[in-house]
Amino acid sequence: MNVVDLVIPTISQGLLWSILAIGVFLTYRVLDIADLTVEGSFPLGAAVAAAMLTAGYTPFAAIAVAAVAGMLAGVVTGILTTKLKIPALLAGILTMIALYSVNLRIMGKANLSLLRVDTIFSLASFINDDRNIVTLTVGLIAVIIVIAGNYWFFGTEIGAAVRATGNNPNMIRANGIDTDATVILGLLLSNALVAVSGALIGQDNGFADVGMGTGTIVIGLASVIIGEVLFGTRDFFNWLVSVVLGSIVYRVVIAVVLQMGMPPNDLKLFTAALVAIALAMPLVKKKLKANREVA
Amino acid sequence: MLKVEHVFKTFNPGTITEKKALKDLSLYLAPGDFVTVIGGNGAGKSTMLNSISGNFLVDKGSITIDGTDITGWPEHRRAKYIGRVFQDPMMGTAAGMQIEENLAIAARRNRRPTLAWSARSSQREQFREMLASLGLGLEDRLESKVGLLSGGQRQAVTLLMATMAEPKLLLLDEHTAALDPKTATKVLELTNTIVTERNLTTIMITHNMKDALALGNRLVMIHDGHIIIDVAGEEKKNLTVTDLLRMFEEAAGSEMVTDRLLLS
Repeated sequence: MNVVDLVIPTISQGLLWSILAIGVFLTYRVLDIADLTVEGSFPLGAAVAAAMLTAGYTPFAAIAVAAVAGMLAGVVTGILTTKLKIPALLAGILTMIALYSVNLRIMGKANLSLLRVDTIFSLASFINDDRNIVTLTVGLIAVIIVIAGNYWFFGTEIGAAVRATGNNPNMIRANGIDTDATVILGLLLSNALVAVSGALIGQDNGFADVGMGTGTIVIGLASVIIGEVLFGTRDFFNWLVSVVLGSIVYRVVIAVVLQMGMPPNDLKLFTAALVAIALAMPLVKKKLKANREVA
Repeated sequence: MLKVEHVFKTFNPGTITEKKALKDLSLYLAPGDFVTVIGGNGAGKSTMLNSISGNFLVDKGSITIDGTDITGWPEHRRAKYIGRVFQDPMMGTAAGMQIEENLAIAARRNRRPTLAWSARSSQREQFREMLASLGLGLEDRLESKVGLLSGGQRQAVTLLMATMAEPKLLLLDEHTAALDPKTATKVLELTNTIVTERNLTTIMITHNMKDALALGNRLVMIHDGHIIIDVAGEEKKNLTVTDLLRMFEEAAGSEMVTDRLLLS
């Protein structure tokens, strides 16, 4: 097995997962909310897409309906936290738990195979004989659309209002914006992206599984933080690209540690530790700096 | 322009921390009135301002702006008519966004946001001129994040934002209290220039009696949840701090003038 055979699928995985990472970025950074709905809306996207595909719909229709389902999930969390004043973290957990049942209903069972149906990837197989190249191309196109769409939207008046909501809700209310609406809108967009990511990864894996959402929030956070640290947050466009690159780096790190012999079962422990260290970094740096100044 | 009629507001009713903040407060403002508001701590100054801006709904009474009853309107809807500068310089601007982005948001305060591009290049010249008028050298820093500015600079930008889309009413809640004396003087001068030049109907809360006397055409003193002194025109012009304190003692009855009031 040569290096290219390993590198291309790793980058492709990073691209497909980066759409989830951008979704997490929208809540965690833009809205300043830790939204756990992600863990339910990711398998929701996969489940909806799988159910649609097995029912004979086209991959495009499947992905579009998955996005709409993600939007609905985001709206539910949004209403719970704004109109019903449930803390955002708890609101996300409630939706996530509810979605577990919803996902089982959608699929009719815990796991739905996509091996015998057309997926976005089999549809795109005319691009190249090598399946790895096809996945890379589809991932790249999807990411470009997502970055362009987000860059455009968050530059508009409504998008600026959503960004300002996460920055300073007082300021944006004083400027005539209903922050309930902007929070709901932000959660809607975020979970739509997460569901699309789920739909793509489900098709790439060849199945949708009710348990595939576990740990996705941590994967998203890891990508966001790695991207920010390595590639910067100069402006919104740079920030979006950083998150995508962060997602790819995260996949590379995972591939490397697996190659080095880490048991796959330890992956989640490894990721959680990685994120915990990254989140603690600013504090540790400050402490070290303070100590140095004293000495 | 503004009619506040028989407004009552009680915080935490029926609990041990119950606070009757506004008791039958009424205030009428003519177009172009520039009212300075003084009063001791807990007198109800900020509560009055916040009930006008809609941070909460009042228990009783009504609030009307330019003939429109806004008593039941939520805060963001009232922002169409009201420009605000807060005591905390961090409150009025979005720190993580550029100066230009903040200004663009304020420029459309009086209408719904659309999917049009927010920070349009066509507005840039106008933004630059406005910033230049502050005399703080911000006109070349349109793309700087607001979080990089000092408290005084942020307050000046907030003032600009609050008055950008012509407000029917401008509310200033001790907006110089958190600044150092020199910056406070500068922001106050700026306030006076903007308000008088454009003849904006304004309510300004201040802790500083001298400022309250020097600025505006009208002075209001709030005590125990309602207005006890309301002077305007010539009468206000001839007023001194000593007069104010005497009037306060008379109006408030036997109650002592608070230390805070004396010191300022």
